[in-house]
Amino acid sequence: MKRYSVFAIAREAMRQHQGWEKAWASPAPKAQYDAIIIGAGGHGLATAYYLGRNFGITNVAILEKGWLGGGNTGRNTTIIRSNYLQDPSAALYEKARGLYENLSQELNYNVMFSPRGLLMLAQTHHEVRGYLRTVHANMLQGVETRWIEPAEVKQLVPIINIDGPRYPVLGALYQERGGTARHDAVAWGYARACSDMGMDIIQQCEVTAVRSKNGQVEGVETTKGYIGTKKLGIVVAGHSGQVAEMAGFRLPIEAVALQALVSEPIKPCMDVVVMANTVHGYMSQSDKGEMVIGGGTDGFNNFTQRGSFHHIEETLRALVETFPMISRLKMLRQWGGVVDMTGDRSPILSKTPLGNCFINCGWGTGGFKAIPGSGWAMAELIAKGEPGPLAAAFGMERFREGRFIDESVAAGVAH
Amino acid sequence: MLILECPYCGVMADETELSPGYEAHLKRFGPGASDDEFESYMFARKNPKGVHFERWRHAYGCGKWFLAARCTATLEVFGTYPAQSSAPPAALVAKIKAKRPDWEGF
Ligand SMILES: Cc1cc2nc3c(=O)[nH]c(=O)nc-3n(C[C@H](O)[C@H](O)[C@H](O)COP(=O)(O)OP(=O)(O)OC[C@H]3O[C@@H](n4cnc5c(N)ncnc54)[C@H](O)[C@@H]3O)c2cc1C
Ligand SMILES: [Zn+2]
Repeated sequence: MKRYSVFAIAREAMRQHQGWEKAWASPAPKAQYDAIIIGAGGHGLATAYYLGRNFGITNVAILEKGWLGGGNTGRNTTIIRSNYLQDPSAALYEKARGLYENLSQELNYNVMFSPRGLLMLAQTHHEVRGYLRTVHANMLQGVETRWIEPAEVKQLVPIINIDGPRYPVLGALYQERGGTARHDAVAWGYARACSDMGMDIIQQCEVTAVRSKNGQVEGVETTKGYIGTKKLGIVVAGHSGQVAEMAGFRLPIEAVALQALVSEPIKPCMDVVVMANTVHGYMSQSDKGEMVIGGGTDGFNNFTQRGSFHHIEETLRALVETFPMISRLKMLRQWGGVVDMTGDRSPILSKTPLGNCFINCGWGTGGFKAIPGSGWAMAELIAKGEPGPLAAAFGMERFREGRFIDESVAAGVAH
Repeated sequence: MLILECPYCGVMADETELSPGYEAHLKRFGPGASDDEFESYMFARKNPKGVHFERWRHAYGCGKWFLAARCTATLEVFGTYPAQSSAPPAALVAKIKAKRPDWEGF
């Protein structure tokens, strides 16, 4: 693989860009692999990448029913933060955030990680206490966050209305190294690196059945025929329940729609990410100038990738109240994704009742930020057959045992 | 927007008037149950892509709980029925079967 660099750009500029290679190959499936990953979203691709990078396992196929990165990875609002409350979450999300810091260099692919700073507004006294608690927890966990007063919020976000009529801003939980990244580039960067290691990314290949023998996985039936494998990783987000059923087990997961929208592009006006959990909305500005806005989840199971309109109304109402200057802004696009929600709002990285079959799911509304750390932990789980320290607390037996990792309070808004 | 007919007051209620209650007809297990039974009652969910039976509450209306049959892949509503039912009414099952011949049944 040719490296991307400023010299490559100069060279290609001289010859009408004739020399760029395809970023990844599109091979036909082989009969047998050491490991198959179902789902070429960010988490599946990162899992494959760290299987190769950290464990030298490269006889790997990543099977994708659509196109790579076309699921939630390509539909999210790209917020990256690690200011979670519980220790296992802080460890996993901070691992991911840390890996994002150098991901462009590591993959030789510009993922546009932008640690521009992230604020979670406190707009009730209850929220103030909650975020002070999170700041203290983060201090003990080694995650850098701090509490800031309204005056500093206003300084960081001049367009904000600090003393709104319903919910004045009482302060904020501030993570200076939180921010955003380019979602597609994360998928594409990992895909290119996986392909370069000799892994097969097979798109337009839907898994339709899982085959097993004596309780051990043997292979998968796909729309491109049967493919054998020693190990299987299921990383399919919204469709986790369907693929788990093929493998013979049920999950504590419900699939619901989550929506987002972007405005017409405007001049730079906000260089941090702002989340307002009480009024339920969050917003950042993309490099193109669009205001990127996240909405709420529907309260019912839905696989259609489109959500209910009243969420858009609620979100925009909340944001117009928080940022009065956006009231005349036109919205350009709106879309939805099918997110996989667990009861404690924490993911599942787990062994399954089927031998050598592992699952990574339940990231729900907030898994983009976790992609590198999740891939890291999932690769270890698949390679060793047992979870390492990052994944250990996220096994699905935690529900049966009552060991929830409750983040539903720490993240009151979908993101 | 999802619109469901409340089987008690007959109102065609749109989603903003309703509260969702997720999977219906769960068999309850309590004291004396095995760990497996209790776990599957508490947590394991069908979450089907297709025909689904759910609980809803007419929260901003008559306030009553009722049950609905819906397709999660198309958002088609097949019908609603009272909460005091241990299985969907036979007529509703027949109607769904006619529309979704591949459905494995209730
Ligand atoms: C509107 C919206 C906004 C969001 N905002 C944020 C945010 O700001 N920050 C954040 O951290 N997270 C956010 N998220 C959540 C985040 O997008 C997801 O948690 C994350 O992208 C999940 O990645 P994944 O790789 O697990 O899933 P996906 O990217 O969905 O990949 C799963 C893949 O599996 C494939 N697949 C499914 N079934 C099969 C099969 N049978 N055979 C083969 N392939 C199959 C799918 O086609 C899909 O490509 C948001 C999500 C949405 C929808
Ligand atoms: Zn009613």
